[in-house]
Amino acid sequence: MSVEDVVYLVVFPLLGLGVLMAVVRLIRGPGLPDRVVAMELIATIGIAMLAAYAVVSGSRAYFDVILLVSLISFLGTVAIAVSIERRVRR
Amino acid sequence: MNDFIVGFVLIVGSILVAIAALGVLRMPDLFLRMSTTTKGSVFGLVLVMVGSALFFGDIAVWTKAMATVLFVVLTLPVAAHMIGRAGYFDRTPLWSGTTVDELSGKYDPQSHELQPPDTSLVSDSPSEAESGDRDPGKSPQL
Repeated sequence: MSVEDVVYLVVFPLLGLGVLMAVVRLIRGPGLPDRVVAMELIATIGIAMLAAYAVVSGSRAYFDVILLVSLISFLGTVAIAVSIERRVRR
Repeated sequence: MNDFIVGFVLIVGSILVAIAALGVLRMPDLFLRMSTTTKGSVFGLVLVMVGSALFFGDIAVWTKAMATVLFVVLTLPVAAHMIGRAGYFDRTPLWSGTTVDELSGKYDPQSHELQPPDTSLVSDSPSEAESGDRDPGKSPQL
């Protein structure tokens, strides 16, 4: 059982299950902060999926994409948090 | 041997990320959900990145992977802190089993700053300030 089999048979199903559970919370979440937490988790799982797919495809270029996605995810989360707090204050 | 280590680390990391997603789905409260998603997903992501960097074994890949790990470990708790702060000011209802809310009544509702501790302890209601005995299940009173 090679690393590719491990990634295809174990890692991708587990991460996909995580995305499904986060999407359920994204739809059901009672408030905006719950949805932001679910979106952040989906971005994190996307980063993990990119790393696992870099192993499968053998391409090193995905690590640049991972750096960019983590940066954009952090910026988006902070922007939404600041906007929620500013909306409450007014 | 290297393949065995890479597969093991990848599997453990993906299991941790799946557990974090399960906590986000099943936890009863915004703050409990955030605790699972920060701790579990950060540690799982670190393991997945280390596993994929071990697979390549290249110094360029190791540098990018460790830079990503450092960035995520530094920024994901900051983002979770800001979301939790915004959710607390948004009066997100706490879980009905919450016993202590030590922040109740300590924030200024206008400026969103912590009030100085001596005024909240001395002036109006010291019992409420030190035990935080408001009804759980209701929204926080700022």
